[in-house]
Amino acid sequence: MENLETPVLQVKNLAISYQMRKSVVSAVRDVSFEIHRGEALGLVGESGCGKSTVAFGVVNFLDRNGRIDNGSILFRGQELRGRSSEELRRLRGDRISMVYQDPLSALNPSLRIGEQLREVLTVHRGLRKGKASKRSIEMLKQVYMPDPEAIMGRYPHQLSGGQQQRVVIAMALLNNPALLIMDEPTTALDVTVQASVLDLIAELRREFDTSLLYISHNLGVIAYVSDKVGVMYTGEIVERASVEDVFLEPMHPYTQALMRCVPKLGESKESSRLPPIKGRVPSPANLPLGCIFEPRCDNARESCRQKHPNLREPVPGHLIRCHCAEELAEEERQPPERLTPEMIERSMREDTGKPILRVEHVKTYYEQKNRSLTSLLGLGKKRYVKAVDDVSLEVPRGCTLGVVGESGCGKSTLAKTIVGLESPISGEMEFLGFDILPPVSKRDDKLVKELQMVFQNPESTLNPSFTVGYQIGRPLRCFTKYSRKEARKEVIRLLDAVRLDASYYSRLPRQLSGGEKQRVALARAIAGNPKLVVCDEPTSSLDVSVQAAILNLLLGLQEEYDITMLFISHDLSVIRFFSDYVAVMYLGKVCEIGPAEVIYSPPYHPYTEALLSAVPIPDPSADQKSIRLSGTVPSALNPPSGCPFHTRCPRKLGGVCEEQDPPRQTAAAGHYIYCHIPLEELRKMEAVVTLTKQESTKGVVDAS
Amino acid sequence: MGVSEQARPPVIATSRSLWQRFRDVLAPILASKVALVGLGLVSFWILAAIFAPLISPYGPLEQDPEAMNLGPSSKHPLGTDHLGRDLWTRLIYGARTILVLAPLSVLCALAIGTTLGLIGGYFGGWIDEIVMRILDAIMAFPVILLYLIIIVTLGPSAINVVIAITIAGAPGIARLVRSLTLDIRTREYIAAAELRGENPFYIMFVEILPNARGPIIVDAMLRIGYAVFAIGTLGFLGLGLPPPSPDWGSMVCKGRHYIWLNPCAVLWPSLAISSLVIGLNLFADGLREETMRYQ
Repeated sequence: MENLETPVLQVKNLAISYQMRKSVVSAVRDVSFEIHRGEALGLVGESGCGKSTVAFGVVNFLDRNGRIDNGSILFRGQELRGRSSEELRRLRGDRISMVYQDPLSALNPSLRIGEQLREVLTVHRGLRKGKASKRSIEMLKQVYMPDPEAIMGRYPHQLSGGQQQRVVIAMALLNNPALLIMDEPTTALDVTVQASVLDLIAELRREFDTSLLYISHNLGVIAYVSDKVGVMYTGEIVERASVEDVFLEPMHPYTQALMRCVPKLGESKESSRLPPIKGRVPSPANLPLGCIFEPRCDNARESCRQKHPNLREPVPGHLIRCHCAEELAEEERQPPERLTPEMIERSMREDTGKPILRVEHVKTYYEQKNRSLTSLLGLGKKRYVKAVDDVSLEVPRGCTLGVVGESGCGKSTLAKTIVGLESPISGEMEFLGFDILPPVSKRDDKLVKELQMVFQNPESTLNPSFTVGYQIGRPLRCFTKYSRKEARKEVIRLLDAVRLDASYYSRLPRQLSGGEKQRVALARAIAGNPKLVVCDEPTSSLDVSVQAAILNLLLGLQEEYDITMLFISHDLSVIRFFSDYVAVMYLGKVCEIGPAEVIYSPPYHPYTEALLSAVPIPDPSADQKSIRLSGTVPSALNPPSGCPFHTRCPRKLGGVCEEQDPPRQTAAAGHYIYCHIPLEELRKMEAVVTLTKQESTKGVVDAS
Repeated sequence: MGVSEQARPPVIATSRSLWQRFRDVLAPILASKVALVGLGLVSFWILAAIFAPLISPYGPLEQDPEAMNLGPSSKHPLGTDHLGRDLWTRLIYGARTILVLAPLSVLCALAIGTTLGLIGGYFGGWIDEIVMRILDAIMAFPVILLYLIIIVTLGPSAINVVIAITIAGAPGIARLVRSLTLDIRTREYIAAAELRGENPFYIMFVEILPNARGPIIVDAMLRIGYAVFAIGTLGFLGLGLPPPSPDWGSMVCKGRHYIWLNPCAVLWPSLAISSLVIGLNLFADGLREETMRYQ
């Protein structure tokens, strides 16, 4: 153990800038950290904070306009900065590997998996082909790939996203690297897949004794994988400490604010509002002179504005970049007063009894285009993608139904079917007592006005050619008889309702940030005063602090305008926070539906149980059962018979699950579970998540 | 939103000022040197055409029997043709016709092609099949053959030249617009418009078309260049404007009989055609590069 003292990677005062068209933009300033052998450092921050730039700087993969201005990067005691690429290759050797976000673009689509894995060994290690194959297969076994010999002969597109990422990780580990850099490796994956990839990373780290630099925007993931955490904000590390210190005793105001923005699993809108961070991230071209967080900090003082704080260590092992954290630590840890719940008890609201939306046995199938000769002649059997397969649900007036599920479960198709962008092939749908089976073009204008939608992608939700004012005003012109002047007043009122000032009226979408675009989309959706708004993942492409603001806004608007909502998301914590009722979907079917607090406590549907155990929780002290699903989601073209979940269910009973559709069991009033397992058995389940210490969440998951 | 901002009375500009819009349009042109060179060449011809009577003391049909097939001189800067007409005068008057006919025919082709492309791309299904198969059938003909068929059938005249170029050009534009439409119609703002119960024609022309304009404009610039070629070719074949009118194509055609005696009569109109086409192409190329970079 001679060199145990030397860190594997030591970065000192790193500064990186990009040459833009007209100016030099500093992306990273004064970043220092070290990673020792077998240690994992998590870098966390919102988009644009420079976390990926740090990683690229370390491996010298900056874009052509990027430049390291200052600082040093020591890899096992050797300086990497300022060397030629040949020297770098020798110094670094094959001891640094990197895993990126998108596994499909990391793999060559025209080469078989086997060739790509072997190449690492034949090129870097000079192994013979046969031996390289053997090593590759062993490695695939170690990343738990089923049937590794067969995988070697496949092409990347023939694997699922989770499998692809496993292959990339296997490839990164083949060289037995001293340092593994992972840049959002699980961001594109579903929660259950993410959970198993994270397990794999943790296990491999123990086994190979590799150091890890892990980059993510997801606080929960960082809490799970890291030993030490660095919190980045606009190019600087503002807080760096052990994972427990950062998550349980955060000192920097930004870290504290960030933690408060994220809905914890089990937190609901009744118990708290999410306090968003005020203002927006300063542009790197126009940074504040003093503390970079000062304009958005609730506790900023005069000194913060004038002097840039240095990284200091008020508590041993806990570094922060703040002038006055200690003074705040005592008094103002809690969110400012005005942001604590102000809601009326929603459950007390009179229930009109009749649901506003009723969906009964709805099926939406897509025909699979088949270009074979037999089908062109009309002989072949038609194949259908069963996107929504026999779904029934009801939404009471003024409430929110959350629909949750992994990608491909049909939740978006369900939303499109309800608003009328897709036509179901059978079933019944009633909205306000009217039949809404026909597509939107055949519906009555009055009905069309009552049903609006908020979309997922802020980049494509607004027409880039028109001003904000025109786009919010258009539904007014369609649905109301306002004069031009009145319409403009109304648009400005709507802008105000989504907390944008009147100057946004004449802006074009490209001048807005993602969160602002989503606000405008929201204003557009509520302009016609609809009764039901369908939100299809409205916050999933936004940063957490922006997400918090949008969620608050949605809650406020829902109160003010008495809107019923169908809220679709893949994020279980957001769904729990936002919804009164929750439906869990899997492969086009609903497997559990009921009031939110009931869904998140036993008895669970086995799939819900697995989902809950996979959610990354930004709390290292949380006690979470680990239930990992095997296999992949079956194709909706050919879903399994009987219960669609039987192929992956860890609690499968046997033949009955494969043969018969699961019965609907009533666990409590309004809580239905579609499963063969008797209710008594399901009731014996234990709560998946127990948060041991958390002041703001009461009772949490085991509310039953 | 700070308190100070709320206290301020809201200043609302309902529409962006004319100057702002003008600057938006101009920015990509000024940023590209290639586009500027192209613009220079094209505007040379446009200015010459507009101010033709001021620039030249002669008329385009004015003959001088004393000065036939002459080379450049102080009296006739580019020389004269076989009938003693001033070549420079004929060129700038010829620019007048070609600079009206070429853009006009492309505009007509744009109107038809864009409409068909939007309809095919937006509605899809059997409507798309029918529209595109008919256009494919037109595109299967060699362009020059198509011109000949149409003009021979309708007779040579300015209007018929426009009709011929329109019919030959529309299918290509329709294909381009259709592919752009197929992409844009999947955007969420189109779904939002559908959810408002908007008329399909509103969606096609107001929601989709403005977002497809970049590639369409660049394509149209190139097409004006092709149209200049086409008009020149038809003129050369004697299918353009009737004889005495100053037409670049027919000038080349007439001049080639005396090519050994007086090469100028062929050289200048040929140079005119190529400089205008090159100018338009450079302009289109520069515009495309810049707009791509803006995206």
